[in-house]
Amino acid sequence: MTTITDRPVASQVSANGATGVHARTESTWAVKRGLAQMLKGGVIMDVVTSDQAKIAEDAGACAVMALERVPADIRKSGGVARMSDPDLIRAICESVTIPVMAKARIGHFVEAQVLEALGVDYIDESEVLTPADDEFHIDKHGFKVPFVCGCRDLGEALRRVGEGAAMIRTKGEAGTGNVVEAVRHARAVLGEIRKIRSLPIEELMTEAKRLGAPYELIREIHSTGVLPVVNFAAGGIATPSDAALMMQIGVDGVFVGSGIFKSENPAKMARAIVMATTHFRDAGIVAEVSRGVGEPMRGLEVASMPAGERLASRGW
Amino acid sequence: MPSGTVIPPSTQLGWRETSSLSGTGLTIGVLAMQGAFVEHVRVLTKLGATVREVRLPRDLDGLDGIILPGGESTTIGKLLEAWGVLVPLRSAIARGLPTWGTCAGAILMARDVTDTLPGQPLLSVMDISVRRNAFGRQVQSFETVIVIDGMDTDVPFPAMFIRAPKIESVGPGATAIATLDDGTIVAARQGTWLATSFHPELTSDARFHAWFLDIARANLEHSSDPGFAGAAMP
Repeated sequence: MTTITDRPVASQVSANGATGVHARTESTWAVKRGLAQMLKGGVIMDVVTSDQAKIAEDAGACAVMALERVPADIRKSGGVARMSDPDLIRAICESVTIPVMAKARIGHFVEAQVLEALGVDYIDESEVLTPADDEFHIDKHGFKVPFVCGCRDLGEALRRVGEGAAMIRTKGEAGTGNVVEAVRHARAVLGEIRKIRSLPIEELMTEAKRLGAPYELIREIHSTGVLPVVNFAAGGIATPSDAALMMQIGVDGVFVGSGIFKSENPAKMARAIVMATTHFRDAGIVAEVSRGVGEPMRGLEVASMPAGERLASRGW
Repeated sequence: MPSGTVIPPSTQLGWRETSSLSGTGLTIGVLAMQGAFVEHVRVLTKLGATVREVRLPRDLDGLDGIILPGGESTTIGKLLEAWGVLVPLRSAIARGLPTWGTCAGAILMARDVTDTLPGQPLLSVMDISVRRNAFGRQVQSFETVIVIDGMDTDVPFPAMFIRAPKIESVGPGATAIATLDDGTIVAARQGTWLATSFHPELTSDARFHAWFLDIARANLEHSSDPGFAGAAMP
């Protein structure tokens, strides 16, 4: 079955096409999605310096997210949060051997072009930064570099996949150290997938309309029972148990933002979260790795948070 | 394919049935520390093998073969060491356990690795030299098709290279079994061991997995032969 997610990207090139025998095709949909598949079962950590990036890599992070301030500090400092300084991103890229991701503002396709030019391995079109467009997201099919995007439910996830996101994450509520929103969003996505699986085929178009999702992707999920791309949890994960909780709920891996470098002992916390993500079904191991990791980051109660301070409501 | 027509191999080929359930009766481990292990589990299960995810030393007991998947080799290596799997896995492989490493898995198997972290835990069993991230960053990741020596078909195999390693040289014990047009070695075999820079588990082509299962079965039959001394290498 050919689906819209099989659509080749505009920027494909043939590196040695001159010979014509076994042409190379760069940045295909499968290759973009494939890197996310390599990250599965792993932990992607927010880092703001090269030193932090090294700590993350040494602790077993499968990738790092390079940014100027972790979400908890973005919340505190206010103002407009933008793409990070290219020098910082380049320094982090040079300091580690694992993949490096970086964030662009929602709809800010020029920030994304700059990040692609810098050579980052994945772009997060992220609600954690201040949106640059309050109506439209980036056309991600038009880039060679793959994108990850946040979602609160299946409709939002599939709109982003339709635009070309090769990986999805829950939004959660970044910078709070409170996992409740990530749980809500993961359950919404996975619950809606289970529902689509159970629907008779004639109800799928109306379901696509209700979710605001591309019909072809709803059809694909109806037959496969899974998202067409890798799905990570993000937003509020602060402990090894939080990571294992998200894995047991059914995500493919976790992002930890403020939860590592806002904790008392980042190196220990990072390593413990990596261990708990691998052995997420083994409570004995999660208990063992959770010992002596020090204080997790101080959390925020999301329910009492004014609507304007919630980052998850950004994105359309 | 006419020259100039660029169609990603992953979309031009459908599932290639290998006719047989070549895995029936075999128990194959898939290292499940981190990475794309579920993709391997799915193909092996489809081919009839009994599959076990390997996270702890006890998971190694009674395996007829093991696949080391793609993922981050630094992450996987650290987890192997932290949970005491590194040493028993290395011993099992050295005793001749059929083993196939894809991408990060190939890095873990190589005796010599360039561009990894100092002190990185590795299995270091196979007589190949590997350079990590040798094709560049993600925007240089690509698909192509290649011919595999020893696989009993001339139909090229779809190969996906994702921040992939290159096999820079093969030692006397190992043989290169696939190269790119520019001569870069991207797959090698040493007895019952296979290493690939690319990811058959991400395609819908099960031939490589079926071939590995054939190797595992031949090894099983060979080792139950009373004359077999259990030597590491044929």
